[in-house]
Amino acid sequence: MSVSLKTSYSELENNGIGFWGIFSFFGLLLIGGVAAFNYMHHHGHYVTGMNNQIVWGIPHVFAIFLIVAASGAANIATIGTVFNKQTYQPLGRLSLLLAASLLIGGLLVLLLDLGSIGHVIEMAKGALNFQSIFAWNMILYSGFVTIIIVYLWTMMDRTKTAKSFYKPLGKINFIWRFILTMGTGSIFGVLLARQYYDVFVMGPLFIAASYMLGTAIYSLLLVTTFKLSQRDLGDVIIKRLRYSLPLFIVAVLVFELVRHLINIFVTEHHGIEPHILTSNSFSKLFWFGQILIGSVLPLFLLWSGYFKNNTVALVSSSILIIVGAFIQLYVIIIGGQSYPLVLFQNADISSSFADGVFNTYSGTLPEYLLGLGGIGLTFCMVLIGIKIFRMLPTSLAD
Amino acid sequence: MNNFDSYRRKFLTIVAGTAGAVATLNVAPNLLLREAQAKPADEAITDAKRWGLLIDVNKLEDGGDACIEACKKEHGWGDDPKSNQAQDAQWVRKVKVTEKSTGNSFSLPVMCQHCETAPCVDVCPTGASMKRADGIVQVNKHICIGCRYCMMACPYKARSFVHETLIDQRPNSPRGKGTVESCNLCAQRVDAGKNPACVDAAPQAIVFGDLNDPKSAISQALTQNETTQIRADLNLNTGVRYQGI
Repeated sequence: MSVSLKTSYSELENNGIGFWGIFSFFGLLLIGGVAAFNYMHHHGHYVTGMNNQIVWGIPHVFAIFLIVAASGAANIATIGTVFNKQTYQPLGRLSLLLAASLLIGGLLVLLLDLGSIGHVIEMAKGALNFQSIFAWNMILYSGFVTIIIVYLWTMMDRTKTAKSFYKPLGKINFIWRFILTMGTGSIFGVLLARQYYDVFVMGPLFIAASYMLGTAIYSLLLVTTFKLSQRDLGDVIIKRLRYSLPLFIVAVLVFELVRHLINIFVTEHHGIEPHILTSNSFSKLFWFGQILIGSVLPLFLLWSGYFKNNTVALVSSSILIIVGAFIQLYVIIIGGQSYPLVLFQNADISSSFADGVFNTYSGTLPEYLLGLGGIGLTFCMVLIGIKIFRMLPTSLAD
Repeated sequence: MNNFDSYRRKFLTIVAGTAGAVATLNVAPNLLLREAQAKPADEAITDAKRWGLLIDVNKLEDGGDACIEACKKEHGWGDDPKSNQAQDAQWVRKVKVTEKSTGNSFSLPVMCQHCETAPCVDVCPTGASMKRADGIVQVNKHICIGCRYCMMACPYKARSFVHETLIDQRPNSPRGKGTVESCNLCAQRVDAGKNPACVDAAPQAIVFGDLNDPKSAISQALTQNETTQIRADLNLNTGVRYQGI
């Protein structure tokens, strides 16, 4: 039987300034997000930096960041269930709570950035196009939240019935996550005329990125909540997280390498690679943000024997990975759109509609606030969850 | 019962209540209103015809300026007061093409190409981006949620997003804040048996007609002349063809 039966869990008892301070911080972010939505919804998207060239802006970076992270955050739970890794089993509840919260936060940002949010009701009435990966994703996302709720029940209910569903739910969740992240990556993979996206490897890249980002956010949350509630966090757990993060970073780097090499070798995609890798605006973000801050530095912190069993190194590398992953998505989403569509091969084109030019974009305050609101909602939900439910193991000492 | 149990019960009650209310609101209109939905306006349209345009670039002395003006007048786009230039809608624009090797240049109007296999139709989550049976690709603004995925998918950059509230719209061509729009071949005129506005503005250069009818002027012109589709390599079988490029 699983360790979760033997592990005891308790709510977060901490009522001090630490908990309420953090809760207020995320609460303020949430309020800011609501205000930004109200402002953008009232005026229309002319108050944003988005336009007819860069149609997806900062809100989409935040939304996809949260959705990708959600799938990865649930990985901790599935490792425990599907692969029967007992060390991970006590971490399962928090993993699922975080995953559901991240997904809901991300989806809300995506939803609130829509031009006509009122028309979403039409989808409930049956206006769904099943040729669209977007429509499938709606089903995958809502299914994911449902699976997590049932999966959590199998972890938290002590009855035999609940326990008998524990393994099957873990497996369903594992497969569902795989398809879900593939679906998120495929949003970009099917855009045949966009040079930066028209590569099948977007799906696997997003899966690898989800593992990396989800584990980093989970590590940060675990260390923070344990510190906040003065619970013991043993070296075994720290070591597991320290060892798994570099694997995910390397996987992301490999898929990135494959993606860029494919683009370099496919003649029709030649133009986009110099634009991303050597032009000033995006190349700095790519090389310094994604590669140096998001990959090389965390790899050093995690692999170096000097930082063995060091919680600070785990926390620092998690923060760096999170920053790097955000920048990675920024470069993919904004950078990819900034490259002009090729209407005619071997010709220069120009028009009043920004044909043939590199498109520029700078996000406005409401867009950033909306995105941050998604993060605020996510962590308000997580904090309420660990305050009300028995999500956290009382101890993870070795 | 300790305090936490009591909080937990209250919390779960609120969550369950809210979820129930939301579910009822979502499902009830579906059950109650479906029977009362109006007959679709495009019900009589069949696939017997496929509308298309052939634009002879050599005969367009102004590169398409007159067509663009006629389109603006017909549909009321091009001067959205609060949007900046990058945000302002353009259903059709004049593109200047300069060949890199020879330096030769020409201009042509580029709008929705009314693809047979339209990427915008494939990606739209709600089916708002749709192709009529007669080949006209357009947006059903009643169910467009404004996600802009079709704009990402269109290889021709033919679509615009309405960034602000609009007033004084054309009765025959309503536009809506937060929805996507593009050339619809003046469907309202075509349905009334007229030509699209751009065709009437440049009759010497643009032929409009039924691509399915081998005897139509457009089909005859397509068989007799060398014509081109923009990005023919994408195999989208566009309804808009060009001559002289």
